Amino acid sequence: MSEMGRSIPGVPPPGNAAAKPEGKPERKTLAGRTWLALKQSPIATVGGTIVAFWIACALFAPWIAPYPPNKMDALLIAYPYPSTEHWLGVDNLGRDILSRILWGARTVLTVAPVAVLGAATLGIILGLLAGYRGGWIDALIMRIGDTLLAFPRIILYLIIIARFGASALNIILVVTLTAAPIIARIVRGVTLDVRNRDYVAAARMRGESALYIMFAEILPNARGPLTVDLFLRLGYTTVTIGALGFLGVGLPPPDPDWGGMVKETYGMIFIWPHMTLFPAAAISSLVIGFNFLATGLQEMKRDA
Amino acid sequence: MLRYTAKQLLFMAATLLVVSFLVFALNELTPIDVARKLLGPYATQDQVDTLYKQMGLDRSLLARYWEYLGNALRGDFGVSILYSRPVAEILWDRLGNTLLLAGICFSVIVPFSVLLGVLAGMRERSFIDRAVSVFASVCASIPEFALGVFLLAIFVVELGILPGISPLSTSGGWPIWSQFVLPVAVVTLYDGGYLISMIRTSMVEVMRQPFIRTATLKGMPFRDVVVKHALRNALVTPFTVILLQLNYLVSGLVVVEMVFAYPGFGRMMLEAALNKDIALIEAGTLCAVSVTMLTQIAGDYGYMALDPRIRV
Repeated sequence: MSEMGRSIPGVPPPGNAAAKPEGKPERKTLAGRTWLALKQSPIATVGGTIVAFWIACALFAPWIAPYPPNKMDALLIAYPYPSTEHWLGVDNLGRDILSRILWGARTVLTVAPVAVLGAATLGIILGLLAGYRGGWIDALIMRIGDTLLAFPRIILYLIIIARFGASALNIILVVTLTAAPIIARIVRGVTLDVRNRDYVAAARMRGESALYIMFAEILPNARGPLTVDLFLRLGYTTVTIGALGFLGVGLPPPDPDWGGMVKETYGMIFIWPHMTLFPAAAISSLVIGFNFLATGLQEMKRDA
Repeated sequence: MLRYTAKQLLFMAATLLVVSFLVFALNELTPIDVARKLLGPYATQDQVDTLYKQMGLDRSLLARYWEYLGNALRGDFGVSILYSRPVAEILWDRLGNTLLLAGICFSVIVPFSVLLGVLAGMRERSFIDRAVSVFASVCASIPEFALGVFLLAIFVVELGILPGISPLSTSGGWPIWSQFVLPVAVVTLYDGGYLISMIRTSMVEVMRQPFIRTATLKGMPFRDVVVKHALRNALVTPFTVILLQLNYLVSGLVVVEMVFAYPGFGRMMLEAALNKDIALIEAGTLCAVSVTMLTQIAGDYGYMALDPRIRV
């Protein structure tokens, strides 16, 4: 969780500070860019494969999970270890760990992308507004962002979740709230850099609306840094969701959540370590996947 | 310089004021809960109402905040309902423990990540670079609680050579120093992984500069090029990031503190939040925010000291 609390406010990932040369802007979609990185960089290929694997698990969980994720069977605790019936064994309540991990993938891969998307949307709008309008709007947006960033991340989560309760929606809200200022800074930086370029002036001369200029002329310039940040942030958010679950303030039980699974069985690590190790391995691999994708994209950017 | 410092401190004071009010307002939207919480579920509504009045909770939010602020400025942060002790006592106690852990971690992380980052970055795409990069990326990706669980499974469950909990007392039969090994290892790998990548990137960029080529071409030994020319320049950018790790080390340690049952600040905040111990949350937040802002100011000065071109 860190992430938690350890992303550097306002410092875009290294290597992305340089804006694209003026002139013909690169026309590449997010998907196209990711695909290119996958083809070129071995590290991105590894990351992409891991992420694809978990997405498949999440999508097909209802069909491939061998048991219902919350079905308890006290008799199974007599022999909870991995067996032919229960490939990854069962947990302290006799629930099938493989099924819970598969369903848990669904939880994390829903909450994390929605939260990141929320943060990106809010951050992009605020960043464009601050950078393009300038003046008091800029000062106001950035001051509010600074105040939010002054809170250590995890403490902000604790305050909000303690006050409003733990739910998927609240987790999405806190991630949006804490990540949006960082994304806004990245977008604002790019906006300040390009807003006086000739093609922006040309668009203004044509009488385009401010909305069009911001989203169609300026925003595409931020695509590079934003794509990298998006994957890094997916990784951080996955860590955050897991850590909140581990701290007991994550998604409410009994539905499987990887961090919560580690928390529930953590006390039994001396007798039944597999109950804790499998979900811990699951979340680690997913974050590694996201971070490798980000690294691959970054490398591609630098070589370009 | 003096004006800059004054401005920064003023901004810090203003932020603390805003933050303290936000936390206060957020938590006191339902002050009736406090009286109920103190008296327990079996108290009559009359008793709750009386205490509510006694504590002055029927006054307006601003009036209560004003009083709180006055007391806080004198160092009185109220009484923790969770521990039934003055907040200041618990706070300093826990903060001390966390600063001890954070200090040890910091003094391990910095040399560890500078060494690996520079080794990786001095020859881009060499074998060392690849190996260190992957290692750093993997370490930074494993959530602290998962990393803690993995290390615990190896060193405590399998090998039995280290204690699994770090309560800072010798009642479990383990010396105090051994209780620091695993928490520090988790923090070093997780946070170090991130710093190594930062330092490596910065080093790679410096090594591409013309003055490095000049130094190499004039026949300077590679070792001297790295140590005398590249190192200082490569550390300018990561310096602020390194300092920012102090924030993480003060409040972000909550997960590690939970894994190893370490009596620290983060765990205190978690317990306070779960028990709606408002006085403790408020004081703890102010502490954490102060640390964040002070490291930012320190970072600015360090930056100026390292890079003479930057002036305010």
